[in-house]
Amino acid sequence: MPAVAETLNTVETLTQSSYKWGFETAIEMDLAPKGLNEDTIRLISARKEEPEWLLAWRLKAFATWQKMEPPRWARVGDHPPIDFQDAHYYAAPKKKPGPKSLDEVDPELLAMYEKLGIPLKERAILAGVEGAEGEAGESDRPQVAVDAVFDSVSVATTFRSTLAKAGVIFCPISEAVREHPDLVRQYLGTVVPASDNFYAALNSAVFTDGSFVFIPKGVRCPMELSTYFRINARNTGQFERTLIIAEDGASVSYLEGCTAPMRDENQLHAAVVELIAMDDASIKYSTVQNWYPGDSEGRGGIYNFVTKRGACRGARSKISWTQVETGSSITWKYPSCILQGEGSVGEFYSVAVTNNHQQADTGTKMIHIGRDTRSTIVAKTISAGQSDSTYRGLVRMLPKASNARNHTQCDSLLIGDRCGAHTVPYIENRNMTAKIEHEATTSKISEDQLFYCRSRGLSEEDAVGLIVNGFCKDVLKELPMEFAVEAQKLLQVSLEGSVG
Amino acid sequence: MSDFLRIEGLEASIDDNGSPKPILKGIDLVIPAGEVHAIMGPNGSGKSTLSYVLAGREDYEVTGGSVSFKGQDLLAMEPEERAAAGVFLAFQAPVELPGVNNANFLRTAVNAVRRARGEEEYDAVQFLKAARTKAKALSMPEDLLKRNVNVGFSGGEKKRNEVLQMAMLNPSLAILDETDSGLDIDALRIVAEGVNALRSPSFSALVITHHQRLLDYLVPDKVHVMARGRILRTGGPELAHQLEAEGYASFLAEAA
Ligand SMILES: Nc1ncnc2c1ncn2[C@@H]1O[C@H](COP(=O)(O)OP(=O)(O)OP(=O)(O)O)[C@@H](O)[C@H]1O
Ligand SMILES: [Mg+2]
Repeated sequence: MPAVAETLNTVETLTQSSYKWGFETAIEMDLAPKGLNEDTIRLISARKEEPEWLLAWRLKAFATWQKMEPPRWARVGDHPPIDFQDAHYYAAPKKKPGPKSLDEVDPELLAMYEKLGIPLKERAILAGVEGAEGEAGESDRPQVAVDAVFDSVSVATTFRSTLAKAGVIFCPISEAVREHPDLVRQYLGTVVPASDNFYAALNSAVFTDGSFVFIPKGVRCPMELSTYFRINARNTGQFERTLIIAEDGASVSYLEGCTAPMRDENQLHAAVVELIAMDDASIKYSTVQNWYPGDSEGRGGIYNFVTKRGACRGARSKISWTQVETGSSITWKYPSCILQGEGSVGEFYSVAVTNNHQQADTGTKMIHIGRDTRSTIVAKTISAGQSDSTYRGLVRMLPKASNARNHTQCDSLLIGDRCGAHTVPYIENRNMTAKIEHEATTSKISEDQLFYCRSRGLSEEDAVGLIVNGFCKDVLKELPMEFAVEAQKLLQVSLEGSVG
Repeated sequence: MSDFLRIEGLEASIDDNGSPKPILKGIDLVIPAGEVHAIMGPNGSGKSTLSYVLAGREDYEVTGGSVSFKGQDLLAMEPEERAAAGVFLAFQAPVELPGVNNANFLRTAVNAVRRARGEEEYDAVQFLKAARTKAKALSMPEDLLKRNVNVGFSGGEKKRNEVLQMAMLNPSLAILDETDSGLDIDALRIVAEGVNALRSPSFSALVITHHQRLLDYLVPDKVHVMARGRILRTGGPELAHQLEAEGYASFLAEAA
């Protein structure tokens, strides 16, 4: 299969250079000493000026974590053991007095925002330029409020006053702990308890920052909310914690984007995301994950071990996860929905792309507790190079879930013949009136298809791009408009040269 | 330009479970600019192989000979470069592209080729207008543009879709590999008209067919008889009539 082999080679050379987010930002850092013990946790808590209850909560999580073993099941455990003592658990850019204009801002930081594609006005806000916020509101493109998390701290959040007028709270979680302690205390850890799994326990002990969103009763959030997560410092883990609460009748659409520099050692990213939707509330959570995937030999890259879960507590509430996962060397991620409220709805739309030596084990859990609950799963898996991708999904119908419905569609697309795709559905039905449907397909981009496209004048990359985007369109159309195009490009870049 | 397409001593083989299997065993063929040539020959004689080799399919290894197209070494070019240079192959078995919208595919292809030729790309409106007009001329139902490329198309619809692509890509050399097979009588006439519409001093076609009927509409300048990887005889349109009446037996006996 000469064409395939050649394509693979092209893809491989291209992927080497195609991680354009692989810049490192030389910013002065405040780093905690390496190592993980109670003192590390006390230091984090002190740096964040946290109340006593939160420190106690962290320490309890740490005690739980110490008794747990890292997960070794499936292929998740196929990586060399992680030395949890050999990392920094806190890294923050050194604080300087607020700049008066963009000229005074650390050019490295601005360059980073530019590379992240953040518009100029918002860059000023993110960099903490005084008085910048008012201007940003006048932009005529769709407004997106951005929170940028840089290693362990949230650097800045845009559009806060506009959001505040609507009663929406969107701020770094460390700030929420100080400003809205009762809200945080009421909800933190109620969807993902500290004891949930090894990495959730670790996160609960050492989480440093992340976003907090609160949409009060009856409010539709007036704009998209977005967080950029960036791992920058060497030998740091990133443990962000996101908590989103939508009260009765509230709705919000939230997007996270992730990048990291190219490094030859692996770095750990272990986030926890908790979503809570009350009666008639809806939360749409989209992810475009592009952590550094490692080089074509499999060196470096991010270990992305994430726990994401949403609770549809209220009747007719809805939680929708959409993810485009192209980065990380290992991804272990199952955004889930607990469908407790009557008639609540859970959705999971996923595109997972693996190339070179990447591994992804991702999927969802739909736990149907209440009657008339519905869930939809559309998972698209694309594997190229020598990568390996698994869809792992659980659909559980509990005894009270009368008339509950699930529809699952899992499609795998293989590029070349050295990669693998696996579908592992777990189905548990304890209610006779519940209905579960599962469909799965596997296909391959064939030599015939590539030649057909090329004979019509398309380059190999364009051909792969067309086929891959066609394969993913049911998921891409779920992304907020502003990000769908970006995601399409990202897919193409991630697969450059890999196609065959 | 008298030798618009010049094929000399072309030999090609395919990898058959590890050992090369020769299929084209020395093809000589010249198509001057503006001419339409037909190739006829028994099943398995290498007609499709010749068309794939001309379009640049990499499964085939060219083991000898040369092909020049408008003075360029065609065999040194990538398939997409050949398309940009004006080569178009209507596939004997068009390939399905699940999930890829037919109009989007066509537009991407047309713009890729226009870009490579230094022409301005079509915007969405210009493209749709051109595509609809041409689809209509081919009596193609418009919904074929909205569907996925060749997926679930009937045999005849696939062939018409190939002809639509040809019309949109505006080639200077069209190779039609049994585009008439599977077409109803009306469609056959429409396809022939599609090719006739392109006829000009700067357009040539190589038409592979088993049937005299297409050649009635598309009167060729030359007819070549191909068997066992070689061109056995070249003549005028009357050669096709002779084949229709006598079959290949006498040609094969003569060659043996
Ligand atoms: N991948 C392959 N492996 C082995 N043999 C092959 C392969 N591809 C083509 N061939 C053989 O090459 C010969 C020529 O095939 P080709 O498709 O070019 O014939 P054709 O003249 O187009 O026939 P038809 O009139 O039936 O379309 C046939 O004997 C065919 O079996
Ligand atoms: Mg053939």
